[in-house]
Amino acid sequence: MSYIRPKFRHPELPKNALGYSVDYYEGALSTLCAGCGHDSISAGVVQACFEMNIEPHRLAKLSGIGCSSKTPAYFLSNSHGFNSVHGRMPSVATGANLANRDLIYFGVSGDGDTASIGMGQFVHVIRRNINMIYIVMNNGCYGLTKGQDSATADNGSKNKTGVMNAYESIDLASLAIELGATFVAQSFSGDKAQLVPLIKAGMQHPGFAFINVISPCVTFNNNVGSTKSYDYVRQHIEATSTVDFVPEMPEITTTYESGGIQKIGMHDGSSVHLHKIAQDWNPLDRQSAMNAVMVSKKNNEILTGLLFMDPNAKDLHHLLKTNETPLNLLSQSTLCPGSEMLKHINEDFR
Amino acid sequence: MSLINSKVNDFVVRFANVNGSGSASANFLFTKAIFRMGIFVTPKNIFPSNIQGLPTWYEVRISEKGYLGRREGIDLMVCVNPQSMASDVAAVKPGGYFLYDSSKNLHDQYIRDDIHYIAIPLMEMCNHAFTDPRQRQLFKNIIYVGALSALFDIEFQMLENLLAEQFKGKEKLIPANIKALNLGIEWVHQNHNYPLDIRVERRDLIGNKIMIDGNAACGLGAVYAGASVAAWYPITPSTSVVEAFASFCDSYRVDPFTGKKNVAIVQAEDELSAIGMVIGANWNGARSFTSTSGPGLSLMNEFLGLAYFAEVPAVLIDVQRTGPSTGMPTRTQQSDILLAAYASHGDTKHVLLFPSTPKECFELTVDAFDLADELQTPVILMTDLDLGMNDHISESLEWDDDRVYQKGKVLDAKALEKIDKFGRYLDIDGDGIAYRTYPATHPSKGSFFTRGSSRDEYATYTEDSAAYKRNVDRLIKKWNTAKNKVPLPQLYQDKNVSSIGMLFFGTSMFSAQEAMDLLKDQGLVVDAIRLRAFPFNQTVLDFIDVHERVFVIEQNRDAQMKSLLTIELQIDPKKLISVLNYDGMPITADTIINSMKESTFVASKIKKIA
Repeated sequence: MSYIRPKFRHPELPKNALGYSVDYYEGALSTLCAGCGHDSISAGVVQACFEMNIEPHRLAKLSGIGCSSKTPAYFLSNSHGFNSVHGRMPSVATGANLANRDLIYFGVSGDGDTASIGMGQFVHVIRRNINMIYIVMNNGCYGLTKGQDSATADNGSKNKTGVMNAYESIDLASLAIELGATFVAQSFSGDKAQLVPLIKAGMQHPGFAFINVISPCVTFNNNVGSTKSYDYVRQHIEATSTVDFVPEMPEITTTYESGGIQKIGMHDGSSVHLHKIAQDWNPLDRQSAMNAVMVSKKNNEILTGLLFMDPNAKDLHHLLKTNETPLNLLSQSTLCPGSEMLKHINEDFR
Repeated sequence: MSLINSKVNDFVVRFANVNGSGSASANFLFTKAIFRMGIFVTPKNIFPSNIQGLPTWYEVRISEKGYLGRREGIDLMVCVNPQSMASDVAAVKPGGYFLYDSSKNLHDQYIRDDIHYIAIPLMEMCNHAFTDPRQRQLFKNIIYVGALSALFDIEFQMLENLLAEQFKGKEKLIPANIKALNLGIEWVHQNHNYPLDIRVERRDLIGNKIMIDGNAACGLGAVYAGASVAAWYPITPSTSVVEAFASFCDSYRVDPFTGKKNVAIVQAEDELSAIGMVIGANWNGARSFTSTSGPGLSLMNEFLGLAYFAEVPAVLIDVQRTGPSTGMPTRTQQSDILLAAYASHGDTKHVLLFPSTPKECFELTVDAFDLADELQTPVILMTDLDLGMNDHISESLEWDDDRVYQKGKVLDAKALEKIDKFGRYLDIDGDGIAYRTYPATHPSKGSFFTRGSSRDEYATYTEDSAAYKRNVDRLIKKWNTAKNKVPLPQLYQDKNVSSIGMLFFGTSMFSAQEAMDLLKDQGLVVDAIRLRAFPFNQTVLDFIDVHERVFVIEQNRDAQMKSLLTIELQIDPKKLISVLNYDGMPITADTIINSMKESTFVASKIKKIA
């Protein structure tokens, strides 16, 4: 267990616009190892939802199987949660989203859950552009089965027993960009200042928002020689930009100013502000984003921040032309054609 | 040459065609014309897993008595496929007819002296009458339909009416079709004796029945049941379920004001994803279903276990085909029974429904949604290729406007307000079915965590043995509740009169009923029961208990239903005698009778009576 959380809360904890304090957004006590990166991400989710004034019951959290997939139990206890089967969270989230387009869908997965057993569903949930946020808590190893390399373990990275990984790693962020994801970000569990705004922007994005979060496994992959250890990641991290998520800003602009602040307007009037660092990178251009990821990879750097975003993304409901009213709210009288109509249908088969 | 007796409205015609040559619509025209003459007719498509070029057959049984099962023995073969000619000639009953394209001479090896040959130079006639190459190909089929109408005395008006309906809006195509029909008719008039001894005569046997395939009826059932999310992966023979659903939704699920759809249909990347979407949608309160066949059901096993244990409704339509593995994908079987009944690892059991007719496909699909919601568990409709893809004469479909969707125990915000502490898995009513909530119901009450791992009554994760056991024991209590909620079996007698019982389900019904008639003619009366659901209602056990022997008729090699009955009802397996048909063709009454007579138990009875 990571930590014992005292039940006591300061009576004057700050409250958000809904009148909730941050503890309203917490979940059950974590059962992950002390120091697990995943717990920091959970804390980031709590903070993001608190600051965004999210009604917890208007959010559904979904996950697959693994250490990362346990985390939805550790945040937002007032939200419905679904811990599904290994690698299949995207399909469950897709079905849930089709049933009710009005909720926020918060998907949590791991590198095993996404890059191995769930690769097929990951690829297709991107292709369908389901309106959801999808966070991979990426530690390059299988925690619950005690430390086997995962498909995102870097080639040459050493595991706890000193064995070097001989296989090429799957880079989920560049894969997502290549597949047409409409929001791709990368971050580090130890960088809450960067992660929280990314989560906020991802929840607000009107399509599939993918955040690959490097989240070291303190127990099985925090050793010397591992490229997913806390030390290694801190030494090799490079930020594309610092990110601010500004809710409900009336101003919408996508004009790019070199070296300055780039504001990307969202449909609801909110905006993402990027304080750009990398000179040759444009977050609205897929090719440029891909290039930036590739270059940093070549330099053994982990590029973090918002890598790519299409603020005009059209989600699956747009493609399917489904009713604005959530399908799970349609009444029997709307859904059932009735007996008179059936008489006519029978005629067609006579 | 032996003579066959005059057989009005009682014969079998088989068409031997080349796949992709446009024969399907011509053959359907033939079938539908007889249907329109008020006569029972049942077509079976015997097709290859191929789009173009391989042999394909279409077999039509015409039955005055209304027997809708398949019957062995071809009375008239229409052969327009040289590839299969040798076996097609051999398949004709002695005294039967062989109609062939005589544009080329028939090879000596195809000449039998115990059958009649009807030579029609289809290709020559077409080449002479039509210039367009496509028409020359297609109208060969229409010419033989014309010829058959003269040979069998089919009313020309019926054919004309059907063509007019088929080409509504494209009327200029009608004259060429009529011309082709007449070419066939005139050829017969000038060159052959007509009508044949096997022929049709108008009757009034059909009433207001319809002709529809089971998959279309399932798709329509899903519309009427209020399904608003469908996820699927194409697989023969289930593909047309969702295709039919989508087509009906184009008519009945478009918002008249906005033009937006009141349905979401997703072609998934595989069956795993399809069932995952169905579970996600049902969890979130929208009725959702998928359709698949054996290989897809295998893939869906893990998710079905999750839905069973996490208690999420789901509807799955399994259109069974032959297995194992890819098997014969275009042939029929009832061989997914055990896989479906116990799908997934761990202790799992699933509700199965067994429709026998298109009307039941419609009704049981609707029932499946109610049962899934009421029982909070997957419900699998066990249909098959024969029922799903072949047209069947069926009672017309009916809908009671007073019927209200049974969404089961779902708490709304108001109900949650009255509760002190919500427990997702609390058995409040003692029937094993707990109360559930949809996401977004209430700001602070009713949320819970759905998971496949063990939990307590409040949906909190636990590895406590006692809590786990309480949970799985409650699931059995729910299972027992289901026994009285599922559709009851059909009993064929008010009072049992025989020591022999017949037990069947699904598409074996047609031939089983015919076998009962034929046995009666031979002096043996048997009692019968038709299963419509698993878990078995007490009625099933009672029926088996009061008979000395029960013949279990099913279409698989391993007697899967017999196994299920034996396991679930603790029956002595010796009491159940299997009648099995598993060659991929629909079962026939002859198969049933011959198999039953192999049993000394039946043989002695028939002898005694004789």
